[in-house]
Formats: sequence, C-alpha cells, structure tokens
Amino acid sequence: MAIGVKVLDRPIEEVSYIRATLKGMAMTFKHLLEPKVTVQYPEAKWQISPRWRGTHRMLTTETGQAKCVACGLCPTVCPANCIKLIPGEDEKGNRYPLVFEIDEFRCIFCGYCQEVCPEEAIHVGRHYENSEYSRAGFVYDLERLTAQTHPVCEMWDPDDPKGE
Amino acid sequence: MMDLHAMLQAANPQSLATNLGPFVIFTLIKMIIVFTVYMLGAALLTLAERKISAWIQGRHGPNRVGGRGGWLQPAADGVKNFMKEETYPEAAYKPLFVLAPVLAFIPALSTFAVIPFGAPLPTRWGLIPMVVADLPVGFLFILAISSLGVYGIVIAGWASNNKYALLGGLRSSAQMISYEIAMGMSTIPVLLLAGNVTLSTIVTQQAYGGWNIVNLTIAFFIFMVAAFAETNRLPFDLPEAESELIAGYHTEYSAMKFSLFPISEYCNMITASALMATLFFGGWDVPFTGRDNIGPYSGWLTLLSIVIFLLKTSFFLFFYIWIRWTLPRFRYDQLMSLGWKVMLPLALAYIVIIAAAILALDSAGIKEGAMYASILGAINMALVVILFAIMDRGRIVSPAYGRARSDRIERLRRISERSPLATGATD
Repeated sequence: MAIGVKVLDRPIEEVSYIRATLKGMAMTFKHLLEPKVTVQYPEAKWQISPRWRGTHRMLTTETGQAKCVACGLCPTVCPANCIKLIPGEDEKGNRYPLVFEIDEFRCIFCGYCQEVCPEEAIHVGRHYENSEYSRAGFVYDLERLTAQTHPVCEMWDPDDPKGE
Repeated sequence: MMDLHAMLQAANPQSLATNLGPFVIFTLIKMIIVFTVYMLGAALLTLAERKISAWIQGRHGPNRVGGRGGWLQPAADGVKNFMKEETYPEAAYKPLFVLAPVLAFIPALSTFAVIPFGAPLPTRWGLIPMVVADLPVGFLFILAISSLGVYGIVIAGWASNNKYALLGGLRSSAQMISYEIAMGMSTIPVLLLAGNVTLSTIVTQQAYGGWNIVNLTIAFFIFMVAAFAETNRLPFDLPEAESELIAGYHTEYSAMKFSLFPISEYCNMITASALMATLFFGGWDVPFTGRDNIGPYSGWLTLLSIVIFLLKTSFFLFFYIWIRWTLPRFRYDQLMSLGWKVMLPLALAYIVIIAAAILALDSAGIKEGAMYASILGAINMALVVILFAIMDRGRIVSPAYGRARSDRIERLRRISERSPLATGATD
C-alpha cells in the first residue's frame, strides 16, 4: 500500500445509524474549528520549493555582461528545442551570444540548461507569476533574461537528496 | 375623524391590550420589524451557509465583499441577481412560469406570522403579545400554509416545460407531501400535552411543565427529520440533483425569479428552526429560570426572551448546515420508504403511547407538575433507549432500512476475509 494512504475498514455488521451520525457530526465540527488551509493568494503567497523550476534568468558578471560564453551546450541539451543561440566573437577572441532567446511556451522546465551550463550563466528561476498579453511576449530575449531578478533554482544535489 | 385619544387610552400594563387602536398600531409595527428581521435573516443565512460550509471544508469562504468577514456578500448577490437577464424558455407557459416563484415565496413568508418570538411587552396601553398574529389555530395555520409551498414548486416544474424541471417538481412534491404527514403526526403529542394548538399556549405550557424535548424526544426526532425533508435540505435535497435532474424545478429560471426559490428555501429553514425551538425547546422561555412564567412582565424580560429565542433558532439553523456537510443524501426510494415505512408508523405509535400515558396520568388524578413531568420523562427515557439503542443496533449501513439477512452478512464477512484491505478487526 502506498505511503500515507489511510485504509478504512468496511462497515460489515453491528452498525448503528445514530452512533455513525454522531461520529460524523463530531468529525465535521472538529473540521469547523481547525485552521484553514486556503492561502489568500494575492496577499499571501505560497512558499515555493528551493528546487522550483520556473521561468529563466541569465546571471551577469560584475560589469553587467551576461555570463554566457555561447558554447552551445544548452540548445544542444534542451529536449524541447526552445533555446535559440547565435554565437558571436569579439576582437579578443571571446565568444558571446549575439542572439539568445528562450521560448518559455516551448520550454518544459526540465532544468537541463542550468545543469549543463559550464559558466553557471543560465538558470531556471523560483518564480511562477508569468502573464503576457501576447504569445510573442513569452519569447524572452537576452535583455529580458538578464533583467530578471527573482531567485534561481537550487538544483538537486545527489549528496543531499532531500535538500536538508 | 376618529378620536385617537379615545383609541389610545391607557390600560393596565399587565393585562392584554383590548383596545383596537393599540392593537392596529402595534401589529403594524410588529409586521414591519418582523418582516425586516426575517428578510435580513434570510440574507445573512446565505452568507452563514457559505461561511460554515467553507469552514467545515477547511476554507475561508467569501471574504472579499465588505471587509474580512464578507458581510456584504448577500447584498452583492442580490445586486447580481437583479442585474441578470430574465430568460423565458420558448416552450414555457408564461403566466404560471412567472407566478410559480411567487407561489413558493409567499407561503414561506407568511408562516412566521404566528410564531411567538418573545415574552409579552407591557406598555401603558396594555400587554402587547410578541407575535404578529396570535391565531387561535396557530399550528394548524403553519401546516396549512407551508403545504401551499408545494404548489410553487410543482407549478414551476410544470410551467417550465422541461423534462428535468417536471421530474424535479414531481419529486419535490412527493417528498414534501410524504413528510408533511409525518411532521403533522409528530406534533400531535405536543398538542396533546398543551391541550391547545395556539403556539403561545404551547410555549406557556412548556414554561410550566418542562420543555417538550425532555418528555417527547422521539416526536422531536421525527419532526426534525421531517423538517429537513420539508425544506428540501440535505440529506433530502432530491429535487435538486445535478447528476440526474440538473437543478430540478428551477432549471429554467434565471435572475431574481431563480433567486426567489433559494430565498423561500431559506425562509422555510428559518420557520422550521423557529418551530423546532417553539414546539420542543420552550420557544422564548428563558432556560433555568421561573422568572418568565410568574411575571410581572417587563421590557427587559421581553428583550431577554427575544434574544433567547433568536439563539435557539440560530442553533437549529446552524444545525441544518452542520448536517448538510455530515450526512450524504438519500436515494429516492430510500427517502420514500423512510417517510412512509419508518417515520409515519413511528409517529402513529408514538401518538398512541403518549395519549395512553396522558390518559393514565389524568385518570390516576395526577396534576400537571413535577410528578407528571417526571413520569412522562421516565416513559420517554425508556422509549428513547428502545428506539435508539436497541432497534438501531445490528443494521447494515448500505441499504438505508431493514435488517440485513443472515446469509447476506455471511457473504459480506467472507468477502472481507478474502479482501487485502481486511484488518481482522471484526468485533
């Protein structure tokens, strides 16, 4: 039996209606007084997990440049094929992304891009309130990705599987 | 022109007002106040229903309109219902379609008129009874008028010209008529004890001889179950079965015409709760005191008794909602057989027993008082034990009535032994 599933005995014989009704009423009255589970959403917000994988964020260096070196690993690993990357190179031979776009509608939020990134540049974020007036608004470009400020996901650590 | 002074001449404050002038004026005032409080109560009851339902389910309930309590939610609902479009189905018979909500609403409003809600108020024009109309046929009036409510429902079902509405209306009328009989029968012991059908006499009798719940518990039980069925509340809300009948008789209604049906249901709930309080819990009688039945009457006593009456009534209103989220609904055949095969014979047998007991006590020459009440109480205790402790035992929950056959129990037991869910706890 799965963990936490409460199995009730089938009432078989010697069952009293009055007793059953009174028991039920005691149960509902207990619930009447118990603390409520509803989160008053716009005022109070749900505490999301540190491993929550939401919309992306590109981290930046101290100078405000994106950390991305346009290595091309993330578009390769992406199972949903939602990252568009066109690499460029400056006069010193440093690679940087000319175009870096993530289609958040195609994204399945697996977090592989964060795992594969050698520079710890692209991250999935701990964020869930994303609404836009158009579908095009969900294609986040480099400027949008670097401008995001929400906390980023702590990926699963094999040494600490329960995140303690 | 009438001489107002002659009409409003002073009288003894401790005897009933007999002049026409005070009678008319105070009746008008009482009508306005009772109507206002009643409608306000019905509106607040919709909020209470949603709030308590939510609390039982671990939610907060409506809390956005009018501060954290959601106090203005009924007003918002009312405004919404007035703004909505009125729709008329093409096939509906319009005159009756419009008339039906009114027919459901008016009886719901009128029944409260005869329920006494407080100790008489002494004024300089005489004693004013705290009841809108102290009819000598009080309780019979309630039975007669509340059964008129069936017309509204069955006409709504028929005039909608919709198969679900018609079936819902038929179900509802069958249910209400079946339980009306049990309801009427269950109150006969109360009337036998009071020797009168006037509700104020019933209240006074209880103030002297103890509340009827102590002496007539089974009558109260039958009355309560019947009242739940009469008001179409869970576990007897069969006329509104989403899966079978959509919304039953009010499927085709919209806007305020729809809203009148729930409002009349809530009004009926208030009346039924007030009746339960009046017939079995002493009405406005202040518990644990003899103050209210020896007099003299005073304004404070009137106020206190009104508060007590409101408390008793609101407890039963809460009880309605509490039961709603505790018991699952009955199947239609279970409802019918509970009404006809259990409630009615039980009520009839109970009348015979109580009538015999009263006759025996009277012919033994015992006067109404402590002795009389304690003998009745002892009989009642024995009957409660027989009914609720002995007859209630050994019944299978699944079919709602009847003792399970032994071969059926054997089969269930074998299934339970084979079942991987069995825990072996069969004491």
